[in-house]
This record gives sequence, C-alpha cells and structure tokens, in this order.
Amino acid sequence: MADLKERIARRVALELHDGDVVNLGIGLPTMVANFLPEGVDIVLQSENGIMGMGCEATSPDVDIINAGAQYVTINPGAQYFDSSTSFGIIRGGHVDATVLGALEVDREGNLANWIIPGKMVPGMGGAMDLVVGAKKVIIAMLHTQKGSHKILEKCTLPLTAVKVVDMIITEMAVMEVTPEGLLLKEVHPDYSVQDVKDATGCKIMVSEDLKEMIQ
Amino acid sequence: MKNKIMEADAAVAKIADGASIMVGGFMACGTPEILIDALVRRNVKNLTIICNDAGVPGRGVGKLISNGQVKTLIASHVGLNPEVAERMNTTNEEEKLECILVPQGTLAERVRAGGAGLGGFLTPTGVGTIVAEGKQVINMNGRDYLLEEPIRADVAFIRGSVTDTFGNTIYNATTRTFNPMMATAADYVIVGTCEIVEVGQLDPNHVVTSGIFVDAIVGGEVQWQI
Repeated sequence: MADLKERIARRVALELHDGDVVNLGIGLPTMVANFLPEGVDIVLQSENGIMGMGCEATSPDVDIINAGAQYVTINPGAQYFDSSTSFGIIRGGHVDATVLGALEVDREGNLANWIIPGKMVPGMGGAMDLVVGAKKVIIAMLHTQKGSHKILEKCTLPLTAVKVVDMIITEMAVMEVTPEGLLLKEVHPDYSVQDVKDATGCKIMVSEDLKEMIQ
Repeated sequence: MKNKIMEADAAVAKIADGASIMVGGFMACGTPEILIDALVRRNVKNLTIICNDAGVPGRGVGKLISNGQVKTLIASHVGLNPEVAERMNTTNEEEKLECILVPQGTLAERVRAGGAGLGGFLTPTGVGTIVAEGKQVINMNGRDYLLEEPIRADVAFIRGSVTDTFGNTIYNATTRTFNPMMATAADYVIVGTCEIVEVGQLDPNHVVTSGIFVDAIVGGEVQWQI
C-alpha cells in the first residue's frame, strides 16, 4: 500500500514545473514534494499562512505549523501572512496547482472530498477554496475504495466543487478530465486497459496516444 | 493614555452568557490559551464561538467545548477534535453543540468584511454545493458567485507575540492566521500576548494590528509546550 501511494506521489510530481506555486493536501499529496525531478523547485503554499514552506521539522518551532497541524520548517525567502491574504492568494488564481485526495470524483470533474453525511463530518477546511481557485487541480488517490468505485458517472456525496478537477492520478492510471469526459492517457504496466475500465464507475475514453504510466 | 493592561480574569469579566466570541488561531496555534483558561474559570454558557476550527481536546477552543460552554460553533474544520462529533450527535440537550461549517477562505473574508465595513462580498467558493443553500447566486461577467455576508462578534480573543502598551501587536510565524481580521470585527477586543513592551519599542513597519482596535491587553501568554 505504501508503495502504491509512493507510485502515485512520484507520478504527480512530474506534473509540477520549476517555479510553480503549489498547495499539497494532507496525507498522500504531502509526499509529492519528496519526488520532484532534478531541477524542479516549487514554492509550497500552506493555507494557514506560509509561502515557501519547507518540510516536517525535526526540532520544532512551536509557532510554525502547516495546515495539517504538523510542525514544519520554512525555506529561505519565505513569507508569513494572515488567513484572509492566504485565501486571496488561493482564490485569486496565484496557486499554479493543488493536489488533493477524493472520496469521489466524476467524469465531469466534480469532486466530493469533505463529508459523508451521518458518518464523517470533518468540515471542508480550505478545500472548497483551493479547488475553485487553483489553476490546476490534481486528484491523487487509490483508484478504488477497497474495490468499490470512487471514479463515477456522477458523484453521490455532497460536492466540494463543480467541474474543477483537471487530472486524476491513481496507482493504475493517469486520466485527464476533458469536456467530453475522462480520457485515459497512461496505464501502469501492472494493469490492462480493461482492468482500469473495470475499476472505474463510468465510461472512459482511451487516448490514441496511450502510454505506459511514467515512473 | 488609557491603561489597557489587566489580568485575564478581569479582561473576561464582562463576557456574559450567550455572548459571541471570535477566537484567533489555527489548530490552536495562535490561540490565546491564557484567555481561554480565564473563560473556562468564568464558566459562562451558551456561547457562540467563531474560530477556524475546534482546536483539539485540552487545547484552544477545545477546552470551552469540553467544559460545555459552547452552544454554536462556526468553523471550517472540526475533524481533529473528536469531541465535536460526540456533542453534535448527543441526545442530551444541555450538551448539544450546533456546528456551522464555513469554507475557510469564506470565513476569513466574512470576518474581514465585518471589520472593514463591507455589506458582503462575492466568492466563487461553494457554488453548486450545499454551502450555496439559501444564498443568492450572482453572475458577474459570466461567472457565478455566492453572496456572502460579513460576520462580527461581541468579543475577540487575539493572540499576540509582542504587544506594546497601546495594543500594537506583532504575530510570530503562523500564529497570525485569523487574528488580524478578528481584531477588527468585534466590539470588545482582548489581546493575550507573550511579551508586553513600552510604546515606541515596536518597529512600525512590523506592527500588524494597530492598538486602536485593542481594548484590553493580558500578558503571560506562553508558547505551547510540546
């Protein structure tokens, strides 16, 4: 499982460009920063008020946390700001990419990742603002929830936002959200196109230029 | 100059049952524990708390929730405090907690608008979701936005790192969060701060919150001990 998550994080990292301002969600998305290609430096934004965040701190300064309440470091050239400024940066289109997990995502790019009514009500935190404001929204997750579909014709859970997802990267495949629906671009060598279709709860189109998932 | 410096218990003495209180901080980093502790001692009930999150049990607004003082919590995220779910679902009416979830950027901007004299603002966040329920959708230049209203409170609890005797305040690192906006959006503003200095000792270039917003200053806030 850890290997699968690392595989996903490694593939997501290839989507980021030198100089990008990036906000990484909690969990798997946070791992992406560990796998940036040589020569790609990104500026990490943390919505609680950091531009230029570093990594998890080994000898913590208790006044510096990330949005997951972990103690972190900052890089030279970093800046702190208040929450209103932070979300101005986010909604204002100044974040190049955000990487988040999902409970459900559908073929129109609708996203549900903040609530399971009656079960899990953690709140949306900054997710609704992030997916609406970031220039590119990448969903990084395991393809299914223990076999049950997470990529659907239409989300069933309350939405985080409408038509915001640009790309879905899983342990099986890389898919792009297009106006016509999901386009399969890459498949991991462990799986066939049919495996991906079976694990997906909606119709997918297969790219004429289908590739092996880049590692 | 009016003396604003007082003990925590005196600073919270005028807070009554049913008051609305904004509390700065993010997962309790940037929350004035010294003021929270005084409010727990005062034990007023039926409070409406406006805070980014629910803190954690034993820290930040988590202490007020544990003590059964909070009737309504307006926050963006409550997932790291399991006591919130318990109290939301309890059948004991005395302990029942109502939780109103607001997207984090919308909450920050509502507080800012409350302090900045704005009648509301248009945000694309929440369009097409349950956050939009009951709200006006306004199309501007081809894009849909929600009309969100400002929010104010009776009291604000602000956490400073260094504060001068006029109330001018500097925030260290990520303790800043909601504090600067909340200091502008309440009728009575208390700063719990780590260090109090004389007027003139702070570099005006570094002051984030002007002392004009501050009604009371309480020293003795300490950095969180891990």
